[in-house]
Amino acid sequence: MAAWPRSSVAKKFLNAIAGIGLFLFVVVHLLENLLLLTGNPDDYNRWAHFLESFGVGLRIVEIGLAAFFIAHIWSSLLVYWDKVKARPQGYRVYRTAGGTSRQTLSSRTMIYTGLVLLAFVIWHVITFRFGPYYPIMVDGVEMRDLHRLVVEVFNEPINVVLYVGVMVFLGLHLRHGFWSALQSLGAYHPRWTPLWYSGGVLIAGALAVGFVVIPLWVYLYL
Amino acid sequence: MAKKMTLHLRIWRQPNPHTPGKFVTYTIRDVSSDMSLLDLLDVLNEELIKKGEQPVEFDNDCREGICGMCGFLVNGVAHGPKRGRTACQQYLRDFKDGETITLEPFRAKAFPVIKDLVVDRSALDRIMAAGGYISVNTGSAPDANSIPIPKDIAEQAFDAAACIGCGACVAACPNASASLFVGAKIAHLALLPQGQPERIRRVLRMVEQMDKEGFGDCSNHGECEAVCPKNISIKHIAIMRREYLRALFCS
Ligand code: HEM
Ligand code: SF4
Ligand code: FES
Repeated sequence: MAAWPRSSVAKKFLNAIAGIGLFLFVVVHLLENLLLLTGNPDDYNRWAHFLESFGVGLRIVEIGLAAFFIAHIWSSLLVYWDKVKARPQGYRVYRTAGGTSRQTLSSRTMIYTGLVLLAFVIWHVITFRFGPYYPIMVDGVEMRDLHRLVVEVFNEPINVVLYVGVMVFLGLHLRHGFWSALQSLGAYHPRWTPLWYSGGVLIAGALAVGFVVIPLWVYLYL
Repeated sequence: MAKKMTLHLRIWRQPNPHTPGKFVTYTIRDVSSDMSLLDLLDVLNEELIKKGEQPVEFDNDCREGICGMCGFLVNGVAHGPKRGRTACQQYLRDFKDGETITLEPFRAKAFPVIKDLVVDRSALDRIMAAGGYISVNTGSAPDANSIPIPKDIAEQAFDAAACIGCGACVAACPNASASLFVGAKIAHLALLPQGQPERIRRVLRMVEQMDKEGFGDCSNHGECEAVCPKNISIKHIAIMRREYLRALFCS
């Protein structure tokens, strides 16, 4: 019994719960950043300031999010490592049987798209969360001018290109990740599973497109 | 109408577990398109024996898709091109005249190659021994209707029980996971009243043994379902996970 967290089934529970947590964060994060498109820089800064006003509360959420990342990465590395060990000699000829198989480019590259996302997240947090502090007065209150920082960053073409590229990987990761997380938690249903399998493609695509639009918009119009 | 065909077989030849294997190509002429793939191997082996060479070893028994003994990769797909069939139920008419067919053994750390296309699948037996049973007193057979089982439950249990333990799910899985096999066995017994007494212990022990044998974890590629000769659904992997959750909270 003591070995259960290391069990193949429990590992996937952890991976899936953390993955769903990260997914929900990504959805909220996209909605927040759509505030960049309102035409009024104050909207974005006001929202960031409002979040910051929670102080310790926000720190706790940030630590929770970091814990989700660590749990997700740790469990996915274990899955990957077990997979490598489980077939020391690979096939010379191998192909998917098609049919009801859910094996796709996306499912086969989870570890690679995931590692790209990890590198990206580190860069992203350094650039924005720990980036320069520009003060600005909004409604008579001093706050951080994050809008200015975002505009600065995304007026560098190289940043836009990298960011857009990584969002393709996010889309690929969630194309398999979305339905896989539900399946990992045992949520199979003959009617619903095909629905959320296809729905995952749409959701992953929508998230990727949403995150691609923002830097392009900033680059072109702000 | 049966046609005459010429086929090339590119077969993995490995004399024993410790010697590295290699592919050897053989050509067989004028065989009937109504022959099965295993018949073709029989023809090849007759020729090899006549020439004084070692015949190609492969597992088989019933040759009617029910025993689970046969199985290897045919052109990269476990059991071969036709879905819902074992290797013994693949026919030459489903191949092209003059085609080269590649036969490779199931590959997994838990399925070591014994010789040529024969692998040791006793890991699956050890998983069964760890929990894939029910405890009943032996003696005279109980009356068939002494435990009523609703028809839909009986049918679901039967869908799971259709697994013949061939190991194709492991072979086709990019992670070499045995989750479909184990899920089918767990679901089969968990659904039936006879399976209730050991229900919690069963899932914990079978999963533990599966991990000990060195199978990989399930990443939900769903490739297992696509090659399973009994069309076992990945629903059973989800059932295994639900049973596992239930066991964690109930024990
Ligand atoms: C934006 C961040 C991320 C999100 C939203 C996310 C989301 C998900 C989701 C929902 C799943 C499905 C869980 C399951 O199969 O049960 C998943 C799986 C996976 N994730 Fe992530 N992930 C993120 C970052 C990462 C990172 C940084 C890695 C780095 C290693 C990673 C590696 C993996 C791997 C390897 C799997 C597949 C696990 C398996 O094969 O069973 N992910 N991810
Ligand atoms: S689940 Fe299907 S593929 Fe796997 S061992 Fe059973 S019959 Fe064979
Ligand atoms: S030989 Fe029995 S299933 Fe193929």
